[in-house]
Amino acid sequence: MTNIKRDKKPSDPCGVVQSSTDDGAKTDGVVIDCKIDELYYGTFKAVRDTAVPVNRNKITAFIGPSGCGKSTVLRCINRMNDLVRGFRFKGHVHFRGKDIYHPSVDPVAVRRYIGMVFQQPNPFAMSIYNNVAFGLRLNRYRGSVRDKVEEALTRAVLWEEVKDKLNKSGLSLSGGQQQRLCIARAIATQPEVLLMDEPASALDPIATMKVEELIRQLRRDYTIIIVTHNMQQASRVSDKTAFLYLGRLIEFNDTDQLFTRPREKQTEDYISGRFG
Amino acid sequence: MTDPSGGTQISQPPTRFQQVVDVVFRRLCHGFAWLSVLLVAFIVLKIATAAAPALRQQGLGFLTGTTWDPNTGQFGILPEIWGTVFTSCLALMIGTAFGVAAAIFLSEGFLAQFVFRTLKVAGLEFHPFFGKLPDQVQAFLKNLIELLAAIPSVVYGLWGLFVIIPLIRPMCNWLNLKLGWVPFFGTTLTGPGVLPAVIVLSIMILPTITAISRDALVSVPAKLRMAAYGMGATRWETILAVILPTAARGIVGAVILAFGRALGETMALAMLVGNANRISLSLFSPANSLAALLANNFPEAAKKDVAVLMYAALVLLAITLFVNIIGSVILERASSGLEGRR
Amino acid sequence: MNDMTINQHSVQAPSAGDINPFAGVDFSELEKSLRRPRTLIDLLMSGLVAAMTLLALIPLFSVVWMLVWHGGQRLTLSIFTQLPPAPLEEGGGFGNAILGTLVMVALAALISIPFGILSAVFLAETGPQSRLASAVRFAAKVLTGFPSILAGVFAYGTLVLLMGGYSAIAGAVALFILMLPTIVLTAEDAIRMVPAKMREAAIGMGATTTQTVWMVLLPTALPGILTGVMLAVARAAGETAPLLFTALFSNYWLFGGGQVDLEQPTASLAVLIYNFAGMPFENQVSLAWVAALVLVSLVLVTNLIGQAFSRRQIHE
Repeated sequence: MTNIKRDKKPSDPCGVVQSSTDDGAKTDGVVIDCKIDELYYGTFKAVRDTAVPVNRNKITAFIGPSGCGKSTVLRCINRMNDLVRGFRFKGHVHFRGKDIYHPSVDPVAVRRYIGMVFQQPNPFAMSIYNNVAFGLRLNRYRGSVRDKVEEALTRAVLWEEVKDKLNKSGLSLSGGQQQRLCIARAIATQPEVLLMDEPASALDPIATMKVEELIRQLRRDYTIIIVTHNMQQASRVSDKTAFLYLGRLIEFNDTDQLFTRPREKQTEDYISGRFG
Repeated sequence: MTDPSGGTQISQPPTRFQQVVDVVFRRLCHGFAWLSVLLVAFIVLKIATAAAPALRQQGLGFLTGTTWDPNTGQFGILPEIWGTVFTSCLALMIGTAFGVAAAIFLSEGFLAQFVFRTLKVAGLEFHPFFGKLPDQVQAFLKNLIELLAAIPSVVYGLWGLFVIIPLIRPMCNWLNLKLGWVPFFGTTLTGPGVLPAVIVLSIMILPTITAISRDALVSVPAKLRMAAYGMGATRWETILAVILPTAARGIVGAVILAFGRALGETMALAMLVGNANRISLSLFSPANSLAALLANNFPEAAKKDVAVLMYAALVLLAITLFVNIIGSVILERASSGLEGRR
Repeated sequence: MNDMTINQHSVQAPSAGDINPFAGVDFSELEKSLRRPRTLIDLLMSGLVAAMTLLALIPLFSVVWMLVWHGGQRLTLSIFTQLPPAPLEEGGGFGNAILGTLVMVALAALISIPFGILSAVFLAETGPQSRLASAVRFAAKVLTGFPSILAGVFAYGTLVLLMGGYSAIAGAVALFILMLPTIVLTAEDAIRMVPAKMREAAIGMGATTTQTVWMVLLPTALPGILTGVMLAVARAAGETAPLLFTALFSNYWLFGGGQVDLEQPTASLAVLIYNFAGMPFENQVSLAWVAALVLVSLVLVTNLIGQAFSRRQIHE
């Protein structure tokens, strides 16, 4: 059960995010087309003029100095920003061809297809098993929950460490284990896209290595967008990289291109460590 | 792979059922929130309307009248208002002195230090078991003070009747004999009276004062304390010159809230104050209070007297509401002020 | 300042060429001495607050001692099964009062727990910043400082007059009003204490508000909520004033002809203590002490359970 092959994406049965572009031919196409003209928190303009197309089964990294708006863009993609009071936004986020900010779209449904892993490991105060099963229960999964939990934990390279203590609290694990538990929780429902908001920044170097390795493995089956302030991490794990600075997209390119032959002066300054 | 769910994806948009439940549940919470506001409004309104006939009939003279006679239909609650305020103020003075002292004692770590020093003499201060003792003793003392609040007021009343009154009576009567010309000692203590009620009342409000004052003292920013110590102030110079003034608003708020509690306290007064319609400065004379008046008269009230009692209840409601709102406003300001300074 | 000795000392120091940083300091000044007023005052003040704190605890010990001394003597099993004695009658117990207290507190809890928790969910989650929320908080604060007797007055004005008599239901409603604010405020605190990241995690997985509340917030906040419930129950169990003229008192069991009758006057421990304490009969007074012992034990045990729960609350 450990290898899920997702050659062919099953179509969304309920039609919320259904679109005409969703067919086998578009396997390597753009899953998310995120275009932000202006984004405000109250009166503060956090992001402007940023457009990032995200390709299927690729890892896209957002880099930039802190406060540049990379997390804000990420949170736009599964509408987590809706929870912030005073959030306003002009632009669109197309997920499989459909605008998720269209008034008819339920943000709750969007988040079920676009999973998220947060900066701080945030397991629930319940058992390891129930943590992973959480999403399955949300989605009324009718198959064997236990199998799916084992599968997700195995994919998150955590199964061997926790298989004997599935009933222990998720909070009893170490920080690195907690973060892998959160990844397992996010992938248990096999979302289309996985958003990761600096998933390794709260972890020590060894735990970081493990999480990075895990992210590289997940690329096969998921479209991943990762925010990081660590350029080495971006160059190690990602296929494409977007560099944001002062709330604006400066450059978006293949990762090796961006790091070896940046087109923009600001990108070059940032990756060569002259600021940020 | 063979997906056990039959090839479909696990992720699904919320089902119709989930959406309906979500909306219903949110409405339900909203509705109950409204209900709790309406409940308070309804309580106030209910008491006010029930009091309306008496309000029309008795007018403001009710507040200044000094007799209470259902037979003649003469009603006045000045003695009750006086007794309520008099006992509450006295209880507040005692309760504040002891309550704030206890709050300082608990918040400044006196006891923990004392235990630590004692352990040091025995050389046990880092012992795996005894080393934890200072903090545990401190926490235990705090819990004991809080326990004072847990004892039901009727039990305090019982205790006051059978312990406090016999205990203080000889002393009170001696004071009356020697210092009878002082208005406070003007009468003898024959049984229930102001002083026993005040003593018990002060014990009952002490935990409130201690708990809230302690919170205020603990939340004084450590940097202020460090600044004072750093300039060579002694511990008490620090407490008196820096910590108490900084926490003053919180302590004042605590005292006012305790005052509100004292004004509304029923059982200790109904059992200990003597239920006599009398205005006297004497600590040993029996008196009455609004709450005690209600407690004594409601159970056997005739239908026509209910409105008068409701009027008295309305007066009590107005007084306590006023005091409580002032108290919570001060406390709110106190906590927001500290946060601003941090 | 005794500069002479210091200077002499610095001359004798081996490194005579260096400037002595301590020149001008009289080291005897640094010694702790009770002859110094500030040290003495410090000690006296410390002693004073210690003495006052201990003095404040004497009533607690005295109450407990009296309860055990007076109440413990007559504490037998028959106390729990017999009915209150008539004046000048020997023996007797207060089984009906214990039952009455339990039934009325349970009824009050039955209304106030869902009421309070749903309001708290609104405060913490579905409308925390709204104007209604500040109104609810204000209402809860007003109720917290509400004299308990006024809850009785309200229940009297609505239920007793309406139903034409004293009843357990009226008593329960009065207790409900006193329990509500504690439950609302502690439950709101407990829900707010659930780390924001857990809430975010649930929402990020596509949980609806209701699912977030039921699957994450309430289970995580459960210990704190239970603490509030226990505190409210303990308070209600000890309340006398709101029951005096709502449930009144009764010398008989709550069961009328095999079924529970909530529409008749009902005994409670607190009112029994109040009534018996004022009686001139030794038997009644000693029963009041036993009842006080039972009531205090009941209240303290409930409180302790609540505190045990509060230690299990998860903080951010």
